[in-house]
Amino acid sequence: MTTPLFQRLARWLVVAILFAAGSAGADNNPNKTIRLATTTSTDNAGLLAELLPPFTASTGYPVHVIAVGTGKALRMGRDGDVDLVLVHARAAEDKFVAQGYGEKRYGVMYNDFVLVGPESDPAAIAAAKDATTALKKLADHQAIFVSRGDDSGTHKKELSLWKRAAIEPNGDGYREAGQGMGKVLQIASELDAYTLTDRGTWLAYQGKSPLKIAFQGDPLLFNPYGIIAVNPKRYPDINHRGADALIKWMISPDGQQRIGDFRIGDNQLFTPAADAGEFAAFSHGQ
Amino acid sequence: METLTLTTLAALNLLFSGNAELWEIIAISFRVSGVAILVATPPALLAAFFLTYQRFPGRRLLISINSTFLSVPAVVVGLTFFILLSRQGPLGEWKLLFTQTAMVLGQIALAFPILVAMGHSALQAADRRAWETARTLGANPLRALFTIMREARFGLMAALLAAFGRIIAEVGASMMLGGNILHYTRNIPTAIALESSKGEFAQGIALGLVLLTLAFTLNALLQHIQGKGQPVT
Repeated sequence: MTTPLFQRLARWLVVAILFAAGSAGADNNPNKTIRLATTTSTDNAGLLAELLPPFTASTGYPVHVIAVGTGKALRMGRDGDVDLVLVHARAAEDKFVAQGYGEKRYGVMYNDFVLVGPESDPAAIAAAKDATTALKKLADHQAIFVSRGDDSGTHKKELSLWKRAAIEPNGDGYREAGQGMGKVLQIASELDAYTLTDRGTWLAYQGKSPLKIAFQGDPLLFNPYGIIAVNPKRYPDINHRGADALIKWMISPDGQQRIGDFRIGDNQLFTPAADAGEFAAFSHGQ
Repeated sequence: METLTLTTLAALNLLFSGNAELWEIIAISFRVSGVAILVATPPALLAAFFLTYQRFPGRRLLISINSTFLSVPAVVVGLTFFILLSRQGPLGEWKLLFTQTAMVLGQIALAFPILVAMGHSALQAADRRAWETARTLGANPLRALFTIMREARFGLMAALLAAFGRIIAEVGASMMLGGNILHYTRNIPTAIALESSKGEFAQGIALGLVLLTLAFTLNALLQHIQGKGQPVT
């Protein structure tokens, strides 16, 4: 519904604003700025604040981080509103690439999910032999479980676990928050409830919560992160060079080293997991 | 969980220790909302003037529509502009999503109806004869316009403050349109939302204190000016 008049008026308005805001010098060089949509788990834990300044220093690309759930991040990539995405939901990532929105998925790192809950562990899930049994125990006890409910990577993971356990998560104790990981941990703490969280956010948050890790260690809880440049064939004017530079840096030995070195207290949050062969191929292709 | 007192003390400490990140967030808030108010005010006051002094068909309808926009939630304004500005949207080629300009646009849309509605009632309350007198004395319409604006200045200033208060404190539109990008589009309200979601309440309180101080200062200023304008009895 863009009539020429509307366009013209709107353009004038934008010009006026840009003029007014111009002195602020706020719009970093738009040709260099990289827009990265990522998940709250990488940003809230402080990893990106650690990784990005050295990247910007060595390449000259400033990075604008937009931290949302995985579902929304992929949506932004699909719409061409960002240059690349760093997310954790393997099935959705592969679909994103297969549909031609993303160029290629590169593995970057992994951590794992843990089930946290009240220290007394009323549903006794600590003794469960695997993650699905733990969920069954939660359902049997009608324990309060706070779900992200926001189509994030963690939420997708949680739903896939319920599915595997053949449980329809809609009992009395099941609460969908529709919020980010930090907020959900807060809610779970206040309600003395269980929830599924990535270890990174948990480590960053645990000092503020009376909850404890109730179950961990099942290979099903493995949480790999992938980085994908938005396809320049679909959006020719996105900052694809910048996106490539950031991917290359993240999977380079230097970037991987920094990921592995990132710690909160004594705890390593992420394990670097880039494929050396992929990095070599990437460098060669440049 | 820390007590409110302890959190507030930590907040004050953050503020006065010159925490650069905190002050940068404050600066971004003021820059964005300041530009929005500057751009929105002239056309809004002009619209208010036309609604007051011109008789034309559909005038009442326009006033009702404008008043309806007063109740539109900020997130809805945010979503509307998000769809317009997204690369998939009609204005996508401008690539404004997740910039300060997008935030300014959203805040203009929020401030405009307030300025028009309050400006309209302020002008209505002003003495109509000021306009007629000015015109009879040979002032051109523009000159006469300024005469009335002067006459209604307290009401108009209140409109300005109310609009500024609304946009500097709103979180929905800024979050959607700016994307809460550190050093760039993270302003006071989005920072409060983020920090409290991380459980970092001190920074949230510190920023809340800044907003309160600002509100108090502006209102005290208005009181002061209005006090001066009162007739001596």
